[in-house]
Amino acid sequence: MSEIYMPRLSDTMEEGVISSWVKKVGDKVAPGDVLVEIETDKAVMEYEAYEEGFLVKQSVSEGETVPIGAVIGVIGDSPDAVPDESGSGDAAPAQEEAPAEEQPKAEEKAEPSAATGPADGAPRPRSSPLARRLAREYGLNLDDIEGSGPKGRIVRADIEAAAKKQSASAPAQQEAPREQPKAPAPQAAPQEKYDDGRDSEEVPVNNVRKVIARRLLQSKQEVPHFYLRRTIDAEALKAFRAEVNERLADTGVKISFNDLIVKAVATTLRRHPAVNSSWVDDRLLRHGRINVGVAVAVDAGLVVPVLHDTDKTPLSEISTKTKELAAKARDGKLKPQEMSGGTFSVSNLGMFGVDSFAAVINPPEAAILAVGAMKQEAVVRDGEIVARNTIALELSVDHRAVDGAVGAAFLKDLAETLEEPMRIIL
Amino acid sequence: MSVITYRQALRDTLRAEMHRDENVFLLGEEIGVFEGSYKITEGLLKEFGERRVRDTPIAEEGFVGAAIGAAMLGLRPVVEIMTINFSLIAIDQIINHAAKIYGMFGGQTSVPMVIRTPGGGGQQLGATHSQNIELFYSFIPGLKVLAPSTPAEAASMLRAAIRDDDPVLFLENLGLYNTKGEVPDGDESVAEIGRAAVTREGTDITLIGYSRMAMVAGQVAEKLAAEGISVEVVDLRSLRPLDRDTIVESVRKTGCAVVAEDDWLTYGIGAEIAASIQEGAFDYLDAPVRRVAMAEVPMPYAKPLETAALPSIDSITTAVKETLSAVGRRVG
Repeated sequence: MSEIYMPRLSDTMEEGVISSWVKKVGDKVAPGDVLVEIETDKAVMEYEAYEEGFLVKQSVSEGETVPIGAVIGVIGDSPDAVPDESGSGDAAPAQEEAPAEEQPKAEEKAEPSAATGPADGAPRPRSSPLARRLAREYGLNLDDIEGSGPKGRIVRADIEAAAKKQSASAPAQQEAPREQPKAPAPQAAPQEKYDDGRDSEEVPVNNVRKVIARRLLQSKQEVPHFYLRRTIDAEALKAFRAEVNERLADTGVKISFNDLIVKAVATTLRRHPAVNSSWVDDRLLRHGRINVGVAVAVDAGLVVPVLHDTDKTPLSEISTKTKELAAKARDGKLKPQEMSGGTFSVSNLGMFGVDSFAAVINPPEAAILAVGAMKQEAVVRDGEIVARNTIALELSVDHRAVDGAVGAAFLKDLAETLEEPMRIIL
Repeated sequence: MSVITYRQALRDTLRAEMHRDENVFLLGEEIGVFEGSYKITEGLLKEFGERRVRDTPIAEEGFVGAAIGAAMLGLRPVVEIMTINFSLIAIDQIINHAAKIYGMFGGQTSVPMVIRTPGGGGQQLGATHSQNIELFYSFIPGLKVLAPSTPAEAASMLRAAIRDDDPVLFLENLGLYNTKGEVPDGDESVAEIGRAAVTREGTDITLIGYSRMAMVAGQVAEKLAAEGISVEVVDLRSLRPLDRDTIVESVRKTGCAVVAEDDWLTYGIGAEIAASIQEGAFDYLDAPVRRVAMAEVPMPYAKPLETAALPSIDSITTAVKETLSAVGRRVG
C-alpha cells in the first residue's frame, strides 16, 4: 500500500489540478503506466506510476486543486485492498488535523493555504501573527478581510468580526468554539456578482493566468525597461521568403516571416553575446546557449515555448518545431522543459495589423523583440518617395543587464541582417 | 498582618535570619556604627555585635572577596554594597570568582553568599550614582539575581537568597525603601527563586516590570482599570533564572505586551523579555511588544531632566494605550 503525492512538475508549481484520471479504481498498474493527467501552472502533464499494484483509491477527484505533497491516490497490492483512511486524507500536509469525518464537497475545495496568503506569490496582507493563526483556525482568507490596525494591519478584532459575520450566515456553525475551532468552517460561496456599480462578475482564473499575472507584474516592477524602435525595409525579406518557400514546396514546409525573424535574432545574438544574458540576484549571467522563445496566444493565456539552440537549428526545423510547439501550447500539452531555459523572446502581433508595440520582458531574459505588421509605407529612397514593404521592430531591454548602446548595436545588426536576408542563414 | 515599609521588611528578615542561623553575618560600608546608609541594618550591631556585623573599609573588591572566602568555608555572608554603582569596583570578584568557583572546581565548594545592593534613579544622585546595571549580573550564568518589588516579597525573597547555596545578587531600589505593604505576621515563607508572579490579573494587555517598575506597573493598571481597561501585571521578581513560562502564558492570554524597565532600552532587560515573548508566543501576538525604558543618556542631575529621563506612570500609560489602539481597542 503506498500513497501517490501531488508531484512538483515545474520550478514555479505550487499546486496542481487533477485534469483526468487515466487509471480507474481497481485498474492494474505497472511502472511507467500513465496514472493521471495533472494540470500545473504551465501545462497538462502525464504522471506515471513508479511501482506495480492496483489503483485502490483516487483521493482527489478530477478538476480539484491540491498543493504539492498532498495525497492524490493510493496504490495497493490487490484490486480490493482497503486504503488506510488515517494516512490517506485529502488534506494537505500543512493542515494541522485531518478532518475527522468525510467533509462535504464544497469544503474540500477550500484552499488549505488560504489563511497564510495566496499561493501565487501575491503580497500577503499585513496582519498580526495572532490574526493569522485565528484566520487559519476559522478557515478565513486574509485577502477578504480589511485590517483596522496601524497601516491596515489585520488584528484579532478584525478576524473575530469576520468570523461572527460568517457564523451568522452559516447558522450550523454557531456552535463552533470561539478560541480553538478544530475544523475549518466552510468558506462562503464565491460571490458571483459584485455590487460595484459596474455589473461585474468574477471569472474563474486558471493557473496559467495566475502565472502570467505574477511574472509580468514582477517584470514591470523589478526590471527597468528601455525601448528601442527601428523600422526595416522588408522587400528583400519578402523576396527571400518567397524564394525559400519555392525551394521547399515539395517538403510541405512553409517558412513564415516570424520564422525568419526568430532565426535572424539567433544569428545576431551570436554576434552580440552581451544581449544574450540575465541579471539575477545582483549577478550578470552571460548565456552560452541561444534559446529563443516565441510568444503564443492560446485560450488559456500567453505561453512562450522555447526553441533551444535556435542559432544551430536549420530554418526549416525552426518552422516545423514552432508549429509543433504552438499546437501543443493550444492543447495545454507543453512540457515544462519546452517552456524553460529561454534567453530571448520574440512576440509578433503583426497578424492583428498592429503597427508596433512595446513588449514586457520575460524574466530572467534581458530582452524581447516586438514585431509589428508588414505594411506598405511611403519612404524616401535616393531622393524619391517610393512605396516599400516595411516592418516595425521594437526591442524592450533590461537596463540592468544591457546598456542602451549595446542594445542599439544589436538592433542595428538585426535590422541589417533582415534587410540582407542571406545573412540570416550564414 | 501588619503594614510595614520595604526597609523594615528587609531589616526584620536580616535580624530573624541571624537569629535562625549563627553562620549568617553581615559586612559592608557603614553598616555597623552608622547603621547603614539607608538604615537597613539599624540596630543590628547593637544586637549581634562586631563579630557578626562588620564595618569594612571603602574597598568593595576586598570585602566582596572576603565574603566569597567566608562562604567557601561554610559561613553565609550577606554583603551590603551601598549602591549597585559601587559593585563595579567588585565586578571581577562577583563575575570571575563568586559565579565561577562552584563550576570551575568541580563542585568542591559552593558559594552561599548574598550581595544586597540598591539600584534606581530619581534621588538626584547624579549620573554615576543612579544607574540600573542589574543587567550585567543577570547576564552571568552562576549568579542568581532577585529583584523584589513589595515588602512581603522583599522578606520572602531575602530568606530564599540567604538560604540558597549559590551566590545571589539581591537588587533593592532607592525608590522602594519607603514604600509600604502588608506582610503577614510571623511570616516564614521562603520564595521560590526563578518564579515570576502575576500580581494583577487582566485580559486586555500584559504589562511586565520588576523592582520599582513592577510597582509602577501596578499603579498604571489601577489607573487604567478606572477607564475600563483590564491590564495583567507580571512582576518578574527573578531576573536570573528568568521565568519565561509565566510571561509567555500571560501574553498568550492577552495577545499584546508592554515591558517597563528602569534601565536603558538598548540591550536592556526588556530586550530579553521581548525576545522571549516572540519565541514563546509568536502566534499569539496581535501587536509588536513595546518597551518603555530610561532615556539613552547618563542620568541628568537637574530634577526636571531626571524626571523626564525616567519611565513614568504617564509614559507607560501612553505605551499601553497605543498598543491597545493597534489591536483595535479605541481608548482615550
